[in-house]
Amino acid sequence: MSDTLKQIHLAAHFPGVNNTTVWSDPEAGSQIDFASFSHFARTAERAKFDFLFLAEGLRLREQGGAIYDLDVVGRPDTFGILAALAAVTDRLGLAGTINSTFNEPYEVARQFASLDHLSAGRAAWNVVTSWDAFTGENFRRGGFLAEEDRYTRAEQFLRASWELFDSWGGDEILADRESGRFLRSADAGTFAHRDQHFDIAGRFNVPRSPQGRPVIFQAGDSDQGREFAAATADAIFSRHSAPEPGRAFYEDVKGRLARHGRERDELLILPAATFVLGDTDAEAEERAHEVRRAQVSGQTAIKFLEHVWNRDLSSYDPDGPLPDVDPDTGEHTVTRGRASVRMVRDPLATASEWRQRAKAEGLSIRELVIETSARQTFIGSPSTVARALNDSVQSEVSDGFILAPHLVPGGLDEFADKVVPLLQEQGVFRTEYEGTTLRDHLGLRTPKA
Amino acid sequence: MSQSPSSPPEPLHLAVALDGTGWHPASWREPESRAGELFTAGFWLDAVREAEAGLLDFVTFEDSLSLQSTDPTADDRRTDQVRGRLDAVLIASRVAPLTRHVGLVPSVVATHTEPFHLAKAVATLDFVSSGRAGVRVKVSAAGHENAHFGRRDLPPFRPQDYLEPEAQKLVRELFAEAAEYVEVLRRLWDSWEDDAEIRDAATGRFIDREKLHYIDFEGEYFSVKGPSITPRSPQGQPLVTSLAHAAIPYELVASSTDVGYVTPHDAAEARAVTEEIRAAQEAAGRGGETLHVFGDLVVFLDETAGAAKARRRRLDDLAGAPLASDAEIFTGTPAELADLLLDWQRAGLTGFRLRPAVAGHDLPAVTRGLVPELQSRGAFRNTYEADSLRGLLGLSRPANRYARVRAGGQS
Repeated sequence: MSDTLKQIHLAAHFPGVNNTTVWSDPEAGSQIDFASFSHFARTAERAKFDFLFLAEGLRLREQGGAIYDLDVVGRPDTFGILAALAAVTDRLGLAGTINSTFNEPYEVARQFASLDHLSAGRAAWNVVTSWDAFTGENFRRGGFLAEEDRYTRAEQFLRASWELFDSWGGDEILADRESGRFLRSADAGTFAHRDQHFDIAGRFNVPRSPQGRPVIFQAGDSDQGREFAAATADAIFSRHSAPEPGRAFYEDVKGRLARHGRERDELLILPAATFVLGDTDAEAEERAHEVRRAQVSGQTAIKFLEHVWNRDLSSYDPDGPLPDVDPDTGEHTVTRGRASVRMVRDPLATASEWRQRAKAEGLSIRELVIETSARQTFIGSPSTVARALNDSVQSEVSDGFILAPHLVPGGLDEFADKVVPLLQEQGVFRTEYEGTTLRDHLGLRTPKA
Repeated sequence: MSQSPSSPPEPLHLAVALDGTGWHPASWREPESRAGELFTAGFWLDAVREAEAGLLDFVTFEDSLSLQSTDPTADDRRTDQVRGRLDAVLIASRVAPLTRHVGLVPSVVATHTEPFHLAKAVATLDFVSSGRAGVRVKVSAAGHENAHFGRRDLPPFRPQDYLEPEAQKLVRELFAEAAEYVEVLRRLWDSWEDDAEIRDAATGRFIDREKLHYIDFEGEYFSVKGPSITPRSPQGQPLVTSLAHAAIPYELVASSTDVGYVTPHDAAEARAVTEEIRAAQEAAGRGGETLHVFGDLVVFLDETAGAAKARRRRLDDLAGAPLASDAEIFTGTPAELADLLLDWQRAGLTGFRLRPAVAGHDLPAVTRGLVPELQSRGAFRNTYEADSLRGLLGLSRPANRYARVRAGGQS
């Protein structure tokens, strides 16, 4: 029976600057000290997770013209933390978000190739795009990219990086002391890449890394983003964890693979998910309610609404009804630097939908924000959560999950200790790592140069 | 640090420059070089642990954004020397959690990278090493390196034309850019005050945003808004270092760094270079600040001078040419090297960065031969006396420039 079951992939997201993290909890630790990252990674590895995931930000978020101060603010450099984590783990994959707009392929490709060497084959790159002038104010070129060009640049950036990764075939280093030949050929690393965004040529200076190329993740959800993922990614970091949208997304994306000459198992769908555990389902529900209230204070709820309304709503009562004034559809000035703002494509429609829902269900501003932004994915006793998680994977809502606990650094421990053993008993999750590289864990082939 | 010649000698500082299997182009052919492991973490960890066992102040990691080449203006397409290298910041970050005392100073190229990215990368190195991070800032005028980025149109540069007006213009521009780069790094490192994180449950605020600062840097080469995304790191300001061979680079050392590496060939030159940098330091308004001037030396160290000479000759034969270097090449015993270092220290240098000709041989010769020799003369530490790199170098943890301004504004 068990050999007909799909194997689950699990990853751990170290929660950063969103309101997932309950920093006010007495058990909450530092969000920046290496000890937190180290504890978190070791727990994930102890639980035999596929990988650890880090997000990235390149400008501190602002609201109403001031730095946003209600959530965790600040985080370390993605590459620096992942390289350091390679020192305190042996098998865990190390995945990081790196922006394709405010970087250059030669530098990023050598950073990922270096990380793959230094971790013996455990590197993964979540390619994200951004274009905004707000972020650009921290970089040489400013806001140089039009929004409609961001995927073109991302795709060309990725293709240029692949050309760099593939510029070494893997057998060039002889290091033959007798003959005095270090390189087999003077052509190792030779590349030339020309397209709309890049005109680069020369020789790449990092030899081929253990995985050939790092594993590529993609997170875009637009039609263009899905097509980009189907063409180029090894895994999608999706936000559709609920059964219905999840299954539809899964089918849609897997269905796009064939026209890129790819098999269904060459792209994994891994939704972001949260969890709250308790000894019983009732206890878990109670804790989940507390966590949601901690994640969404009255102030946080008003600020969240301002993302959509693009207005100062500070005079509204978070425990009262939604504003009847409509969103300001002019240039978005209230909230800056948040990805979630971009997800609201039609603020008027969103506002009207939320108002209707609040009225129908009798929800205050804060309750509505909790419903839309802070609903946990898996709530229950360990056996309830293990069952729900497994059902999702077996019914093709996903190939696994990227779990973000609400506590740093200890929030993963309970899951590792109580849920993972149940999945292992059911034969749907590894009890030991079978391979050494992240591609091994994910069942992905090593690309040929 | 006092520069008065009448004051007692300051402690000698020692760093080692790590570059592949060593600074001799044939070094990889030595059995102890482990050339086949050059692209593994273990290779670098062992070297850094060796430096730490010798109580060295810090190690530097060479780096560049092109393949190594004997021709500074082009790819030489040679196959008989080590080619390929890993990112230095990542090597430093990788070894940081597994070492405890030695400073970690990767090289970065200011010409093609973003100070915003590097500021957070070096601050993060400071976090993962608990206060042992530094950076060596370098510029690149190489056309073939430029083509790897394809973004700038730099005029061709040949080192032998250094004194020509065109070359001087380019060098001045690249170093002016590097000076701005360092200024941006330093401002970003201060863009968070130390106590900005407040976790005030009563008001729901994680930070006091009055203690975060836009750096609003507007220069000729960069405009950077800030603040950094990474909070102020354990040292506040990680160590900034730079290698310099002439007047324009000396100005960068004098105006912007904590440690400058120079390449004199005798004590008189060490004195002249140091005086030139000290004068530039005064001119830059930093006369009262500690600025270390380290002499760079390539070293072949053996128990007898004859053995060192023979080894150098053998390696030169393997390479097909005598070793050439910008720095003085020392060939001899640890005791002879100790004599030289103390002599040059009296000429004004405050420390040395040794470049092992063969890392697998000359690095242990430094840590197990030179260091005990210096210790026996009371010229080097017997134990790590501080827990940060700044501390080892006698540099205090600097006050935050923005906090000072803010406090001043309130008084």
